[in-house]
Amino acid sequence: MTPRELLRADQQLITDLVPEGARVLDLGCGDGALLARLRDERGAIVRGVEIDLADIAKCIERDVPVYQGDLDEGLNDVPDDRFDVVILSQTLQVVKRPRLVLSEMLRVGKRSVVSFPNFGHWRVRAHLALRGRMPVSEAIPYSWYDTPNIHHTTIADFRDFSADCGAVIEREIAFVGRDDGRPRLVRALPNLLADEAVFVLRRK
Amino acid sequence: MGDTDTLRRPWEETASAGVSATKTLALDGALSLASGRTLDGVVVAYETWGHLDALGTNAVVVCHALSGDSHLAGLRPGEPDDAAPGWWDVMVGPGKAIDTDRFFVVCANVLGGCSGTTGPSSIDPETGAPYGLRFPMVTIEDMVDAQARLLHALGVRRLAAVVGGSMGGMQALAWVKRYPERVASIVADATTWRLGPQAIAFNEVGRRAILEDPAFSGGDYYDAGQPESGLGIARMIGHITYLSDESMHKKFGRRLQSSAEYAYDFVSEFQVESYLAHQGQRFVERFDANTYLYMTKAMDYFDLQGDAPSLAAALRDVSARFLVLSFSSDWLFPTARSKELVSALRENGNEVSFAEVPSGYGHDAFLLEPEAQHRLIAPFLTNSLAHARAAAGAEGALSDAAPETEVAS
Repeated sequence: MTPRELLRADQQLITDLVPEGARVLDLGCGDGALLARLRDERGAIVRGVEIDLADIAKCIERDVPVYQGDLDEGLNDVPDDRFDVVILSQTLQVVKRPRLVLSEMLRVGKRSVVSFPNFGHWRVRAHLALRGRMPVSEAIPYSWYDTPNIHHTTIADFRDFSADCGAVIEREIAFVGRDDGRPRLVRALPNLLADEAVFVLRRK
Repeated sequence: MGDTDTLRRPWEETASAGVSATKTLALDGALSLASGRTLDGVVVAYETWGHLDALGTNAVVVCHALSGDSHLAGLRPGEPDDAAPGWWDVMVGPGKAIDTDRFFVVCANVLGGCSGTTGPSSIDPETGAPYGLRFPMVTIEDMVDAQARLLHALGVRRLAAVVGGSMGGMQALAWVKRYPERVASIVADATTWRLGPQAIAFNEVGRRAILEDPAFSGGDYYDAGQPESGLGIARMIGHITYLSDESMHKKFGRRLQSSAEYAYDFVSEFQVESYLAHQGQRFVERFDANTYLYMTKAMDYFDLQGDAPSLAAALRDVSARFLVLSFSSDWLFPTARSKELVSALRENGNEVSFAEVPSGYGHDAFLLEPEAQHRLIAPFLTNSLAHARAAAGAEGALSDAAPETEVAS
């Protein structure tokens, strides 16, 4: 038996949000760790979409069915409401067309779960305000010129964006990720104090 | 495990599958064909590697492409160590993606072939002469039926996986559609669920070259010698379609074969011309022109959708897991066709993984990109075996202590 893997903090939270036996699609599923966990512990029926071939090989090793695809091309061949849960974990900020991606998620899934780093966190604000430089932090560890993150957002911005895409926010979990993979939840002033967030959405 | 496994590059270990001899099996009774005709006295040439486990869970069939044969890997008896190994040696052997330590691997020459299985060059028992064009038209499904009969005779009831590239991939798809309850997993590699008009067009030009060669003699050329010119041209056309613009640039450019200057003549000058002529020549020495006609026609006829309203509808009874691979520069079996197949399977809820392997080699990539295929196919087959064993266990037949037995020697 392989030891139980430590998931990323947001993935840990997402695991708890997925009901038993759910049909789950993870967009930008990476090495398939989250989907494997959902299959093994939640009895979920899992499918992944990933663009990187090395990650696809890892998904296949984990026996997670994975489709090589570009999220910016949408999910044309997936019928409406095919999945119970569609996950976009730490991926929103790298897609070219966030509105298309979220609309497609809302279409093919009964629930959409989106996690992203919060660009409104006080450290990010302080970095820019006091040093006058693009922020580099644990949650956003890239220099501006070589970052895959082309669409940063804040918790406040994301609320507006969701409404704009025709989504209802069912849950909003703001937290600070920690090395032990156990997130510390942030209840007061989330847009200032949380460095990551997980949103649960559904279509209006 | 870990460290040694990552350092090892099993696809570089030549002829590691050892020495294997081609065996033959005469099928009992007649084989009914898609065309409505029947074929008596069918002989199937095949090779096997590894051992079938006691519960028959670890059998893998590998289906060969247009010009392939049953000699999948390793050497033939009596061949020197440095002889060219079987056609997919990079993928088949101990510790390779199709691991002969773990799987019982079977590869048969297709029906209509010319490497031991009954085909147009075989003797027609009714006339005592080679069939020639009197050989009935065979389809991809007919090839699969012949393999199914072979496996039955070998005591193999279920397949952990069927693996195939190109025309072999068509057979893998036909396998699972025809025998959905027997096949747990499919690797459809550089293949298609049906050819488009472009591919059919190239096949037709190849066939015309053969049919219109004066030496063809209506297919009855076995005494006088085969239509070498026509078959050679067909193979040259084939090779153009197996390469890509990029691979041809890299391999040949505009370089001349043996002179620094143009000859201003119609002799073969450019390297690409010499290459094609060489491939054509080598091919006529080992391949039967009639078989080329039958194989290309079988590919043209193949349509997994058949009469169903959609491809998904055609595959509704199929519950197998799939790994579908395409190659970025393969314009003969393009990624778009593979994605249509994957779409249909996803619509049906099948467990399907799909990747487009970046490669400049064109359609030939499935023979020339062992590392990427190894990294994708090896873990897929490892899990295929686990699924096959779990399914056998669910039927209450599994016993870990069961000894391994050898079915074919």
